[in-house]
Amino acid sequence: MLAKRIIPCLDVRDGRVVKGTNFEGLRDMADPVELARFYNDSGADELVFYDITASAEGRGLFTDILRRVASEIFIPLTVGGGIRGLEDFDRVLKCGADKVSVNSGAIADPSIIAAAAKRYGDQCVVLSMDVKRVDGKFRLFAKGGREDTGIDAMEWAVRGVGDGAGEIVLNSIDTDGVKGGFDLEMLDALAARVKVPIIASGGAGNREHFAELFTRPGVDAGLAASIFHTKQVDIKDLKQFLRGKGVEMRL
Amino acid sequence: MTAIVDYGVGNLFSLGSSLRALGLEAEVTCEAERLRAADRIILPGVGAFGDARAKLDATGLVPVLLEEAERKPLLGICLGMQLLFDRSFEYGEHPGLGLIPGEVASLEEDLADKALKVPHMGWNSLELVREDPLFKYFQDGEYVYYVHSFYARNCRESTLGVSLYGNLAVTGAVRRGNVWGTQFHPEKSGDAGLRLLRAFAEL
Repeated sequence: MLAKRIIPCLDVRDGRVVKGTNFEGLRDMADPVELARFYNDSGADELVFYDITASAEGRGLFTDILRRVASEIFIPLTVGGGIRGLEDFDRVLKCGADKVSVNSGAIADPSIIAAAAKRYGDQCVVLSMDVKRVDGKFRLFAKGGREDTGIDAMEWAVRGVGDGAGEIVLNSIDTDGVKGGFDLEMLDALAARVKVPIIASGGAGNREHFAELFTRPGVDAGLAASIFHTKQVDIKDLKQFLRGKGVEMRL
Repeated sequence: MTAIVDYGVGNLFSLGSSLRALGLEAEVTCEAERLRAADRIILPGVGAFGDARAKLDATGLVPVLLEEAERKPLLGICLGMQLLFDRSFEYGEHPGLGLIPGEVASLEEDLADKALKVPHMGWNSLELVREDPLFKYFQDGEYVYYVHSFYARNCRESTLGVSLYGNLAVTGAVRRGNVWGTQFHPEKSGDAGLRLLRAFAEL
């Protein structure tokens, strides 16, 4: 049977892995290549790399890191951050990415989803969304969660999937960095609207949160950063724990 | 030397680095002479069947592949595996290479449980239904990585392994003579996938 996936996420800035809380206060953590190797060996099912660099110099560093990671790690790699057009898809795919995640780039120009899906296939296009409750509604945020777009998040997801997004990363700004558990309500709402794999992000604090997450049939994967980076939760141990709870896991 | 057929379809980066990580010589090529000189051939591929077939035809390599498949191991991966069959029903009907009897059909149409998501994406356990040297270093039930919306069917006599999606047995690995195929991506299937590629390199 198809296993649920555990995905560590590496936010890379200027060649280093960083992780913030509620998207602010970035803290330097580790060498991305070293960390990727560590996750590969500890049973991660996939890796996500976000390039949160702004400068062209940092971007070059990132592509170089990506190439090094991709030549050593033989599990799927998703890359996001600064993806604004087909040339960005091309750049990271050539460095060994398997999937490319778009977020603000798709908000600025929604046609990028259909264009990329047509060229590289649906399976290659991941729609990443930062979502926050505003007046009791799920609202789509842009620019790393700093800007309210006024767009209904669920409508946005339905449209993205219709255009060819093959997977969705749902990051709840409300639970991100708080370590109080994933945003199950938000995830359920999304699962009711789309039929592509959903990766839950934001809120993982301990292994019980993952057990709780996978009680939701619509959720395919759980993504986290700091709890894995700090070794607060060990992936091998987490997967064994989840299998013990009856969750299908690759061990 | 293992020749990886480059016909403009898909990402060959990981496949090349997997083989290099195993200490194997690999060459990404679209030249007939290199395929003839190779010890074995890998036919990769992602995307849509019709488009891939057209691109493969455009390289002029099809007769070479058919000829070489008679005398050396050939491995098709993902869409590369699907191309080995007689035909595909992905957006119309397209002829395959006819190296393995069977056809490629829509997962969505054949899945009884309509709540199951398509593409079939992620890690699924491969249940071996037949012994084969390809599984020399691979254990029954190990997980492999899939991403696909179409699958091979009516190919029971060639099937080496299947993965269950709902109650549908998805064709995971096939073989007929010198020709092998995997629907999953061994180059993305971690250590288990590398071991499978190693066994292929020893064929």
